[in-house]
Formats: sequence, C-alpha cells, structure tokens
Amino acid sequence: MHHKTFVAVAVGLGLVTLSACGSGSTGTTKAADTKTVTLVSHDSWAASKSVIQDFEKRSGYTVKVLKDGDAGQAVNKAILTKDHPQGDVFFGVDNTLLSRALDNGLFQPYRPKGSDMVVRQYRADEAGHRVTPIDSGDICVNYDKKYFVDHKLTPPATFDDLLEPQYKNLLVTENPATASPGLGFLLGTAAKYGDSGWQEYWKKLKANGVKVVDGWEQAYNQEFSGSAGGRKAKGDRPLVVSYASSPPAEVVYADPKPKTAPTGVAYGTCFRQVEYAGLLSNARNPQGGKALLDFLISEKFQEDMPLNMFVYPVRETAEVPAEFVKYGHQAEHPETMAPDKIAANRDQWVRSWTSLVLK
Amino acid sequence: MAVPVAFFAVFFAYPVAAIVRRGLHADGAWHLGRIADVLGQPDIRHVLWFTTWQALASTALTLLIALPGAYVFARFDFPGRQVLRAVVTVPFVLPTVVVGTAFLALLGRGGLLDELWGVRLDTTVWAILLAHVFFNYAVVVRTVGGLWAQLDPRQEEAARMLGARPLTAWRTVTLPALAPAVAAAALMVFLFTFTSFGVVQILGGPTFSTLEVEIYRQTSEIFDLSTAAVLTLVQFLCVGAILAVHAWTVRRRESALKLVDASTTARRPRGAGQWTLLAAVLASVAVLLLLPLAVLVQRSLTAPGLGYYRALTDADGGTFLVAPIHAIGASLSYAAAATAIAVAIGSLAAAALARRDAGRLVRGFDALLMLPLGVSAVTVGFGFLIALDAPPLDLRQSWILVPLAQALVGVPFVVRTMLPVLRAVDVRLREAAAVLGASPWRVWREVDLPMVRRALLVAAGFAFAVSLGEFGATVFIARPDNPTLPVAVARLLSRPGDLNYGQAMALSTILMVVCAVALLVLEKLRGADRTGEL
Repeated sequence: MHHKTFVAVAVGLGLVTLSACGSGSTGTTKAADTKTVTLVSHDSWAASKSVIQDFEKRSGYTVKVLKDGDAGQAVNKAILTKDHPQGDVFFGVDNTLLSRALDNGLFQPYRPKGSDMVVRQYRADEAGHRVTPIDSGDICVNYDKKYFVDHKLTPPATFDDLLEPQYKNLLVTENPATASPGLGFLLGTAAKYGDSGWQEYWKKLKANGVKVVDGWEQAYNQEFSGSAGGRKAKGDRPLVVSYASSPPAEVVYADPKPKTAPTGVAYGTCFRQVEYAGLLSNARNPQGGKALLDFLISEKFQEDMPLNMFVYPVRETAEVPAEFVKYGHQAEHPETMAPDKIAANRDQWVRSWTSLVLK
Repeated sequence: MAVPVAFFAVFFAYPVAAIVRRGLHADGAWHLGRIADVLGQPDIRHVLWFTTWQALASTALTLLIALPGAYVFARFDFPGRQVLRAVVTVPFVLPTVVVGTAFLALLGRGGLLDELWGVRLDTTVWAILLAHVFFNYAVVVRTVGGLWAQLDPRQEEAARMLGARPLTAWRTVTLPALAPAVAAAALMVFLFTFTSFGVVQILGGPTFSTLEVEIYRQTSEIFDLSTAAVLTLVQFLCVGAILAVHAWTVRRRESALKLVDASTTARRPRGAGQWTLLAAVLASVAVLLLLPLAVLVQRSLTAPGLGYYRALTDADGGTFLVAPIHAIGASLSYAAAATAIAVAIGSLAAAALARRDAGRLVRGFDALLMLPLGVSAVTVGFGFLIALDAPPLDLRQSWILVPLAQALVGVPFVVRTMLPVLRAVDVRLREAAAVLGASPWRVWREVDLPMVRRALLVAAGFAFAVSLGEFGATVFIARPDNPTLPVAVARLLSRPGDLNYGQAMALSTILMVVCAVALLVLEKLRGADRTGEL
C-alpha cells in the first residue's frame, strides 16, 4: 500500500506541475516594475484616454488600473490586502468610509503638488496628509419630470416633502449597507433630523412606501422611471436617490440630445460626498504613486473628470464643463457631517436602519 | 495520507482559522463575548431563522417534486431516458450565478412571466425555493433513484401476492429499504440550500439573506469581521452536524440490501395511472428544469445577428479591462489546474481511506473532506487573501490561488467517486502481481490503473464542472483583470443596460454548454455502474 501511495504522490505532483506549465499564461502582474504605476479604484473609475496618455508621456510611467468592485468593496478589499497591496494608489474612498481606511492604516503620508489649490472645506487628515480630496458630488433625490407633469403634481423638494401622501410609493433608494448613495441619503437624514430624529423619519418614510434595492445601478437604471435605462426596463418609481450630476449625465448620454434634462433634482435632500485618493502603504512603486497623485489634482485631470465620472472638481481653478452649468448645479446648502461623527456612528446607524426598514 | 492532510491544513483550515482569528482576536486576547453579542442581535437571529426555514422548505419541496422523478427514472423504461437523466443533472453542476440568472430571466423584471402575465417573483421567497428545486432535483433522482433501480421488485410483488394492497406493500417493503437513501438525499439538499449563496444573492434582493450571504455582506460590505467570524463558526457547527448525520445515514445505507442489476428492473409503464405519472414527471422536468435553461438561451439570442455574443469580444474598458470572451480561456485553464490538483489530492485521500486497516482517525478524515462543501466559500476566499500573504507561502500574486480554492470543492467529489471503486479492488490481485515480480509502479499500472481509470475520469469530470462553476471564493481572489466566467457573469449583471444584461446571458449560455458537454461525456463514461453518485 505504501508503494501505491508513493506512486500516487508522484503522479499527483506530475499533474500539478504539468498544469502549472499549461496555465502559466493566466498569471497576472509581474513583481516590482518601477515603470508601471498601478491605480486601484472602484468600478465607476473613468478617464479620457488622451489625458492618461499625456500623463504617461510626461512622467514616463505606464498607468495600470484595477477596478475592484463597488466603492465599499474596493475599500474593504484594499484594507484586507494592505500588507501586500495590489497597486500603488487607491482612489475612491469617500467621506462616509474615510475613517475606516485611515484607522486601518491603508495609506502612507504624501502631500501632492498643488494640494493647496484644493477647496479648503474638503480637506481631511490635515495633520497626517494621508489622503487628498479628488472630487465632490451631492447625493440627492432625483425626479422624473414627465411623471410629475402628467400627474399635475409638484415634485418634492425637501426631506419633509417625501413624507407627503401624494408621494406615497414613489421613492426608490439604495441599501446603505451595500451602496454609497444609500448611505449618503441615510447620513443626510441623520444630519437633518439629528441622532434621535432620523429613526422616526425613516419609520414614516417606510410607511409612505419607500422601496429599497441593493445597488445604485438597480435603483437608477431599472426601478426609476426617469432615466434612459429605467424607461427601457419599464421602471415605475419616479423618485430615486441618485446624484445632483445625474441630470447632466442623462443629457450627455442621450442621442439625440434633448434641450433640457428629463430629470430634476430635489435640492433640499442633498448630502455632500467627497472622494479621496492616497498613496497605499507598502506600495511597490511609491515614486510612481506620488506622480500619479500629483496628476489626479492637476488642472488637466480635474477638468477632464466631470464628464467621465459625473462628479465636481475640487481644485479651485478647475473649470466645470458647460453641460454641468446648463443642466444642473451643486446644492447650495447640502447636508454635511464631520468625518469623525460619521466614523463614530456609521456602523450603528446602518444596523439600526437595517432592523428598522428591512426586517 | 500526509499529502491530503497537509493540503487541507494549509489551504483550508489555516485560512479559515486566520479569518476567524482576525475577527475575534484583538489586542492579544480572544473576544469570545462577541459570540453571544452577535447571536443576540435580532437581525442576526432573523438571518438564522430564514436560513433554516428556507432550507427546510426547499428540501421538502425538492423531495415532493423529485421523488416521483426518482421512481420514474428508476422503474420506467421509456425512450430518451438516458439522455433525460443526464439533462436533469446539468443544473446541479451549473454555477449558482447562472441558475440565478436563468431564474431572473424567467421570473424577474421583463422576464418571461412578466411579459406574459405581468407576474414577477424575484425578490420573493418563491424564486429562491424554485431555484433550489431546480438545482437539487438531480441529487434526489441520483441518490434515491440509483438505489431504487437496484431494489429487487420481486420483494414488493411477493408482498402483493400475499394480499397486501399496493400502498401497504410499498410502505412496508420498499420504503424501509429506501429510507436511508431518502434521508441522505434530503440531508445533502438541506446542506446545499442551507449554505446557498449565489442564488440568494441574485434572487433575494436586500430583504432575504442566508448565513452565507450575510457572511459575505458583513465581510465585504459592512466590514464587520467579528460578526462574520461568529457567523462562520455558527455555519461551521451546523454543517458539521449535518455531515455527521449524513455519514451516519450513509453507513446505514451500506447495510445489507439485496440489490439487483439496475438494467433488469425497469419496464414500460402500464395502465393509465403509470402513464399519467410519467407524463406528470416529464411535465415537471420540462417546466422546472428545461424552461429556465431555454429562457436563458433565448435571452442571449435576442440581439440581431448574435449581437450579444459578438459584444463579448469587445474590450470597451468599461466593465472589464479585457474583453469578456477572455474569461472563457481563463476559466478553462483555472478549472484544468484545479481538476489536476483535486484529482491528485482526492485520489491520495481515497487511497488512504480505502485501506482495510484504516483506523477511526482516517475515517474521520473522510467526513472532514466534505467540510469545504459547506463552509462559507466567502470565508475561504477572504482567508486566502489574509493568510497566504507571507513567505514561504505568499501566493496572493500568484494565479494558482484560484485553482487551489476551486480544488477544495472538487476534492469531495473525487473522493466520493474513487472510494467505492478502490475499495472494490481485490488486494490479492496486487499481492499476486508483486509475488510474480512486478515492481510497485508496474503493479499500480497494470492492476489498479485499468480498474480505476474510468472512475478517475468521472472524478476529473465532476471536479472540472464544479471548479468551473465555483463562485463564492473565486469572486474574492480572482484578479480584477482576469475574471472567471461566473465572476464575469456576476459583474455584467450588476451593470445597467441592455448590452450588459445580454452579454451576461450569452456568457451564462456558454458556461452552461461547457458544463453540459462535460456532463454528457461523463454520463457516457459512467455507463450503468453507480460511481459518481453523491
């Protein structure tokens, strides 16, 4: 019997070796390559090819992008792999999750060139310089203009309006445990109604027929009746939690382009979101990472960014594209919340929200 | 023996222990108080309750629908029986992602039922239950039907002759003989549905979540590693208990039954009752098993000129960095490597278990080998990420991580397939060959290999199919630029728009065809013997 075991081991190892040869081509990144700089981000990352190529030509680095799931998942995975990160720079941790990234030591300090040009109110971790703001946006309720014209209704404008009986069963939002707009909307209500008041608000919102789905894609492109995707999917909810920049996106991606956006924004329901980037601890190419961070807040990238990711620049001198001015604007008085307050309450609030609304 | 034990220690026990430790061990102390905290939370208790009752309901529903099927496939002879038997097994090896997608196309928004009658069942528990029946039908047909076909029908006939009514004869003669097989099948179905991930993830929406889905959410989305660790332990205990009961029923099943050749027991149905039963079973197979698969194929073809398939070759830089079509090549090579590993490890384990002098300890290992089937794949995947990241085992940058995780789920199938065959090899043949002067290698080549070759191929086929479909662990460790087919399907599904949806359907169809071909080849190899049964 022992002989047989021995032979089987030999055969087994042979098989493994053979297969190793056969599949070698599926291997991924080669180790330490100082000419390549790797950006780890979420699925929404997008940039114009020409702008990236321009950076590559100037800096001599080749840019590799790893999109690693939605915003929350990408952050969590980056934290779990921080001892041996998958790249050099991480972009896409927002103010709602910032504390999780900082507390877990995801980033090492670096102050990019031009960081003094960033709007002051967005700066975070000013003592440690571990993260740099890259973009901002507002999470707000969007409405389907056609629905409200057809039904001779005024669209809602504020959080309070959403509780009115004429808006019963009209709103779809995202699960704050799984989608950042959902979390932003929840934090917006917490900022508006306070630590004790928001639960009461959500009880009423639930009674008024709010629908919850897991992700933004599903909410906006399937359930919402005002978006191009939602119209196709026969979505039947004329109110959705999305972004203040969603109406311009509806115009830019439409063919032919309409004169006005088909959707509008309830500016009294907005929560300001800021996305950050930082140099990953244990990055294999820290020099390249630093150059990439400098680039992310350069005027060139900041002005290219809005029409790719539908966010607003954070660099004071960066100009906003015409489409953004014409079809929408940022909220004048969005709800905001200090990152340390978010850090202290986020997980508990999400848990309470889950029990309150889903279970 | 040492090799499989080492394999499981390094690639299963260690990563799982590491992730549990990460969740429950901090500042140099264990925080076991968390266990009580977590289990005390109402929403966690809700998850436990839902996990259990949906598994019970799924098991009951599967038995209700599949037991008549088991009878029909065992006792009736009708044209196309062999092919149909293979076809009903296709769902079992299909990736859960594809099953979820198929049901979405049938029951979801804009699905077939929605178009015809405006009925939508997604985000209801019915979608989950039906998908579970779809998935596990074959487990019951194979496990119960396999035995049923070999029971001597004359025993029941003798009871009838002695004056028992049909039902009484069945209840007192056939049922007791079948009971252990029914119990074993029910436990397997319970195990698979208790740990269901992909199906619930896709069809459940935010309201329904099983333990496995909750572990995924807590780890990947909420980042509450201690809650995830507690839930992993809970699932571990439940699965351990289910497996222990299963091992016990299997041993009882091995008790002496008078078995006959399966090919002699089937005959043409007689009388209106039997024809009705046959028709009913075929109809249920058509509606529950074939329809979802057909809808999937149909949806993938709705774009003119195979548009969705052609779109798979575009690297638009949107969803992926490579064209989705590359996922096929990546998947096939990962699965081939995983099969090689699973066959090597599984045969070694089976060889050790087949030894007549195998002690209690070794037989205990038999049950342990089944654990990866039930332990949260998500935990294994995350465990790989945090445990295998330091020399000498820094595999995170290595492509082999994916096949290793897939091999874990393949090994139990290899062992199950090889063990009965190896046990049947007469030890005296080997001794005779050795006495006649054959070297150990020659003994193996000329005595063992010819006898186990077929089982080896069947084992490899099963391992290949389950590796190809593995989702829970792969979704974590597959590199973003090198997704496998199921991972690519899931990612396409999470994106908006027609084209992504259509591409998901097209990729699922390709995956289904690959699995089905692997299975049909198996069925040919398997012939009439019972290897490959679960």
